[in-house]
Amino acid sequence: MTVASGESTTAEKGAGPLQTAVATAALTRKFGEMTAVDRISLTIEQGEIFGLIGPNGAGKSTFIKMLTTLLPPTSGTAVVAGYDIRAKPAEVRHHIGYVPQLLSADGSLSGYENLLLSARLYGVPRGERKDRIEGALKWMGLKEAAHRVVGQYSGGMIRRLEIAQSLLHRPEVLFLDEPTIGLDPGARDTVWEHIADLRDRFHRTMVVTSHQMEEMDAFCDRIALIARGRIVVVGTSAELKASIGHDATLDDVFIRLAGATEATDMEGSYGEVRRERDSARKHG
Amino acid sequence: MAKSGASATRPANMAERSVATGIVGYAEQAFAVAAAEVQKLRHDPVELFTRAVQPVLWLMLFGEVMARVRGVAPGNIPYLDYLSAGILAQSTLFVAIFYGISAIWERDLGVLQRYLVSPAPRSALVLGKALSAGVRALSQALIVYLLAIVLGVAISLDPIHVVGVVVAIMLASALFSTLSLIIACIVKTRERFMGIGQVLTMPIFFASNAIYPLSLMPVWLRVVSRTNPLTYEVDALRALMLAEGASVYGLLVDFGFLVAVAAFLVAVAAGMYGRMGY
Repeated sequence: MTVASGESTTAEKGAGPLQTAVATAALTRKFGEMTAVDRISLTIEQGEIFGLIGPNGAGKSTFIKMLTTLLPPTSGTAVVAGYDIRAKPAEVRHHIGYVPQLLSADGSLSGYENLLLSARLYGVPRGERKDRIEGALKWMGLKEAAHRVVGQYSGGMIRRLEIAQSLLHRPEVLFLDEPTIGLDPGARDTVWEHIADLRDRFHRTMVVTSHQMEEMDAFCDRIALIARGRIVVVGTSAELKASIGHDATLDDVFIRLAGATEATDMEGSYGEVRRERDSARKHG
Repeated sequence: MAKSGASATRPANMAERSVATGIVGYAEQAFAVAAAEVQKLRHDPVELFTRAVQPVLWLMLFGEVMARVRGVAPGNIPYLDYLSAGILAQSTLFVAIFYGISAIWERDLGVLQRYLVSPAPRSALVLGKALSAGVRALSQALIVYLLAIVLGVAISLDPIHVVGVVVAIMLASALFSTLSLIIACIVKTRERFMGIGQVLTMPIFFASNAIYPLSLMPVWLRVVSRTNPLTYEVDALRALMLAEGASVYGLLVDFGFLVAVAAFLVAVAAGMYGRMGY
C-alpha cells in the first residue's frame, strides 16, 4: 500500500508495456473558499480498473470532471491518455470516454440514433460507423431495442447504451461515474461484466466511482479513498482491508478512514445528493 | 511537484489533420446536433402542431379585426398580407427565444455533459443547436404559408423567393436561439429563465415592424426598433414572401445585419457553453 502523497516513477517506465493512463500532479479545484479537490497526485496504469471511493461531497466527481476536461483545475495539472488536460483538452477528449452519473443518453432518440450522434461528434470515420454501432449494440445486448426510443428502456439498458456511446471512438481511458447507481442487482452485474471484459480483452483503462463497496472490492484492481478533496489511502482492495485488520471489509475501510471526516456542512453536498437521487430515479 | 509524470505528454497530432478534413469534421459535428433534433421531431411531432396554434390565432383573430383599420399597412398591401410576414417572424421568434430551456433541461439531465466531453468544438455544438432551432422554425413557416394561402394572402411562390424565406428564417432562428442559449448559460435554472424569456419576447415583438410600420412609432421607439434583428427579419420576409412585397432597407442590409448579429452571438455563446457543464 502506498499513501498517496508519494510521487510515482511511472513516467520513467513509460517505454515499457505498462504505461501511464492518468497522472495528476497536485491537481486542485476550489469553488470560492471551498477546496473540492486538494492537491491530488495520483497515477493510474494502463489496463487497470481504478476505483474511487469516498463520502458524498468528497470531491470524486469534481476530480473526474477535471480529468475529462469538463472543469478547468484551479491549480496543478494532469496528463490523461498522454495529453495535458490544460494544454490539449481537445486531444484529451479524443482519447477518453466518459459515462456521467447523470442520464446522458437522449430519451427522445432511439438507441441507434444516440449511438449515431456520438459517432458523428467523435468523428468516427463514415465507412466504419455502421459496423461499430452494430458491434456496440450486439455487445451490449441492445440489438432488439436499437430502434426503440430510449425513453422506453430499462435503467440497465440505458446504462449499457451510455457505455456503448462512450466506447464508439475506442477511447484509451474510460471514466464511469457511479455506473451502477439505481440499477437492480442483475443489471449491476451486467454492467460490471462489461467493464471487466473491456479490461481483459481490450486492455482499456477504467476509472470508476461507486458507493457499492462489494462491487468495487470484486472488480477494481486498485482503489483510492478520497475524503475532503484529498486521497486518504490508495492500494489494492486486499491491501486496504489488511491495513484495518483481519476480516475487515471494504465497508470497514470506508467507515474507519472516511467516516470520521464526513462533513455534512460541506458546500456542494446537497447538490450531489440531489443529483445522485435524481440519477438513481431516472436509471431505476 | 510531480512535473516529471505530468510532462510526459504526447505530441499533438492536430497538424496531421488537414484544414480540409478539419472543416468537413466541423460541419459534420454541427450537422450531427441538428440531425438529432430532426430525429426527435420525427419521434414526437405533436409539439409542431401545438406550436402552430399561436400564429393561427394571431392571423385569424388579430389579423381579421385589424384588417378593417385603414392606413396601418403602408402602400397598397392589404393588412392581412402585411401581417402574415410579421406573424411568420413572430412564430420563429417565440420558438427560438425559449430554446435555452432545452439547454438547461439537457444540463439537468446530463445529456449536455455527453456533448461537452466530445471533441467537437464548442462553437460547432452551438452552431448545431442554432441550426436545430432553424429546423423547428421551418415547420412553423410551412403552417403560416398554408394558412396565409387559405386566407387569400398574395404569396410569392417563386422558388428563389421561397429559398430566401428559408434562409431568412434559419438565420433569425439561429440568432434568437443563440441569444436564448446565452441567457440559459447565465441564469442556469428553468424558473429564472422562464421569467426572462417572457420579459424579452414582448419588447422584441412590439419594438419591431412585425405588426405595424416603424413610421407609426414615436422617434425613440423607432430608433430602438432599427437595432432589433426582428425588424430586419420581417423586412426580408415581406420582400420575399409576399407577391407585392418590397424591402424597406434592402435585402443586403437585412441579411447582412442578421448574419453579423448571429455570428457575434454564436461566438459569445461558444465561449460560455462549456461552463454550463461545471
